Amino acid sequence: MLIKDGIRMDGRKPDELRPIKIEAGVLYRADGSCYLEWGGNKIMAAVYGPREALPRHIQDPTKAIVNARYNMASFSVEERKRPGPDRRSTEISKVTSEALESVIFTELFPRTTIDVCIEVLDAEAGTRCAGITAAAVALADAGIPMRDLPVACAAGKIDGTIVLDLSSEEDKEGEADLPVAIAPRNEEILLLQMDGHLTYKEFEEALELAIKGCKEVVKLQRKALLNKYKTFEVE
Amino acid sequence: MIRKIVLPGTEVGDAKSKLPGKGVFKEGDKIYASRLGILSEKGKYINVIPLSGVYDPNVGDNVIGVIQEVFKNAWIVDINAPYPAFLNLENVPWRVDYGETSKYLKVGDVIIATIAAIDEAKNIDISMKCKACRKIEDGIIIEIQPSKVPRVIGKSGSMLATLKKYTQCWIFVGQNGRIWIKGEDEKVNLLIKAIRKIEKEAHTFGLTQRIIKMLGG
Amino acid sequence: MDIPEVKRVSAVKRDHLARLAKEGKRPDGRGPDEYRPIKIERNVIKKAEGSARVKIGNTMVLAGIKLEVGEPYPDSPEEGAMSTSAELPPLASPEFEPGPPKPDAIELARVVDRGIRESKYIQLDKLCIEPGEKVWIVFIDLHILDYDGNLFDACSLAASAALQKAVIPNERYGFGDNEPLPVTSPPVSCTFVKYENFIVVDPNLDEEQIAQARFTVALDKNGDIRAMQKGLKGSFTIDEIKNNIKRAQIHAQKIRKLLEE
Repeated sequence: MLIKDGIRMDGRKPDELRPIKIEAGVLYRADGSCYLEWGGNKIMAAVYGPREALPRHIQDPTKAIVNARYNMASFSVEERKRPGPDRRSTEISKVTSEALESVIFTELFPRTTIDVCIEVLDAEAGTRCAGITAAAVALADAGIPMRDLPVACAAGKIDGTIVLDLSSEEDKEGEADLPVAIAPRNEEILLLQMDGHLTYKEFEEALELAIKGCKEVVKLQRKALLNKYKTFEVE
Repeated sequence: MIRKIVLPGTEVGDAKSKLPGKGVFKEGDKIYASRLGILSEKGKYINVIPLSGVYDPNVGDNVIGVIQEVFKNAWIVDINAPYPAFLNLENVPWRVDYGETSKYLKVGDVIIATIAAIDEAKNIDISMKCKACRKIEDGIIIEIQPSKVPRVIGKSGSMLATLKKYTQCWIFVGQNGRIWIKGEDEKVNLLIKAIRKIEKEAHTFGLTQRIIKMLGG
Repeated sequence: MDIPEVKRVSAVKRDHLARLAKEGKRPDGRGPDEYRPIKIERNVIKKAEGSARVKIGNTMVLAGIKLEVGEPYPDSPEEGAMSTSAELPPLASPEFEPGPPKPDAIELARVVDRGIRESKYIQLDKLCIEPGEKVWIVFIDLHILDYDGNLFDACSLAASAALQKAVIPNERYGFGDNEPLPVTSPPVSCTFVKYENFIVVDPNLDEEQIAQARFTVALDKNGDIRAMQKGLKGSFTIDEIKNNIKRAQIHAQKIRKLLEE
């Protein structure tokens, strides 16, 4: 039983997000960075570039290459994960790169790469959405020109009910998971994946809920970026 | 006090009455910010002055470069941009014969040069034939975010003049975020602190007054 | 560290550091025997059996501890085992590249490992479940987040701090209640570099980039030596090495206090 009288096991309502905390500009070496906590997820994202793409033969003379790398720390999961990429993280890196690239004005920086590093330090369901959300803040912090500030959030289905932002248990026991990334201004879909079982009608409901979630998260992203410039020591 | 800060995707104006300048783009009837920065309107133009980001070279910029590679007829120079720059032996103030390049500038040497040409694929030519151009042999070089360079220089050089006046240091600000400083150790340390403060508080009002106070004016 | 395309240190920077060194000064104004501020935060990762985030100046590393049940080594059938790895992800520095650990990362992990192993910090003899069959294996994973020099001390400190409050995950394996990981007194590591005949503790990145030689020593609570590593292409005199150890004994006492807080 994952939901009872409209209340989920962790006390949330169906359309409620887990607690989210975002901080921009946390790393010294990176050109842009973000630390994000989302439920039990802890993510560090860094952006380097645009910088010359090397070796030279990978350069695109017309635009920048967006190269996101999603990586899970070995201690971020219950059973220790062997360091290095596996098939899952390789796929997530690919769809994340593509989602981010579609909002970046890549044509301004031919022959370069924009490297986006997403390190999952503590994992508890929804790491890819948390990773994209953190990466977007790091990109803005790095001064990368973009059409919009991308954001991601998942919806899903538990005990026949469509809910927002699945927890770890809901992800394991639930019937469907639908991670979505959007450019919030025009509600363009940048990433969409789904596994499980949804009727067409349920899908419509879940997508609407995921977009609603995204729009809440983007407020927190914006706040984090503005916060960086709000405080300075006055002597 | 803080200037109006905008983010990528923030609507900054109406395209029917205003024109898109720098750091913005037009979509439909609206103008939106494309990057994190300070909103600035100049006449009909709406601009966003970036608060972060890499150095984007423009022809005529004076930059501080570090020699990366030496070829028989040219040097490859790191100018803190996404792309290295090309310094041909004909573009230096000395008469250099083919194959003699390393006698004049070696890997690691630091120079002031000017951006001579940029093509569409962002191949960059630099030249050392300008008034400020030279090989730098002493002092120190610090790096700041290139987007903060205009603030360190100030309106018609006012901030730079303030820094020079109160620290008695020699300062040359490269458009690429590298600053060459020479002076007494104590003064240099104070100057670096002042520059870091400008970098950190670039988006605020009243900065010049705070800097003067900090430098003991 | 793993730098294939070295962004070379400019001649002006090298000359400046050399001139300061002759006057006994460092680029960030510290004295030769001054560490940058050190900050330790424990239990920052819920999924790990133990964890610590350590900052030394701008350098930031995260150590995570995981325990698994495995087979003992044939020559120590009644003892648990330990394994240390380090990742230098591209997140932490523009020079780090993705891919399997390169020699620098492996050296780093092994030096940290030796300090812990040789000081018998983890009581491996108490980690036996079934002699010859099942023992606990302690995995120490070092994750670099921001690289501004001196990863050796930052990683060693993070590993020590993470192990200090780690637990044995009995519950996950149905062995009963979780219990604290049995540890003794942690090793403390001190690193020095030498440039222009100037030897400084806790090098920052500028100093590491021009360093000719590096020396790390791990000391136990009595100030006895448990592990050492000389690195890089330059050399130290015998007296310099001896002096480094004596200097380290003073630093280690202070750092040990931070661990005991």
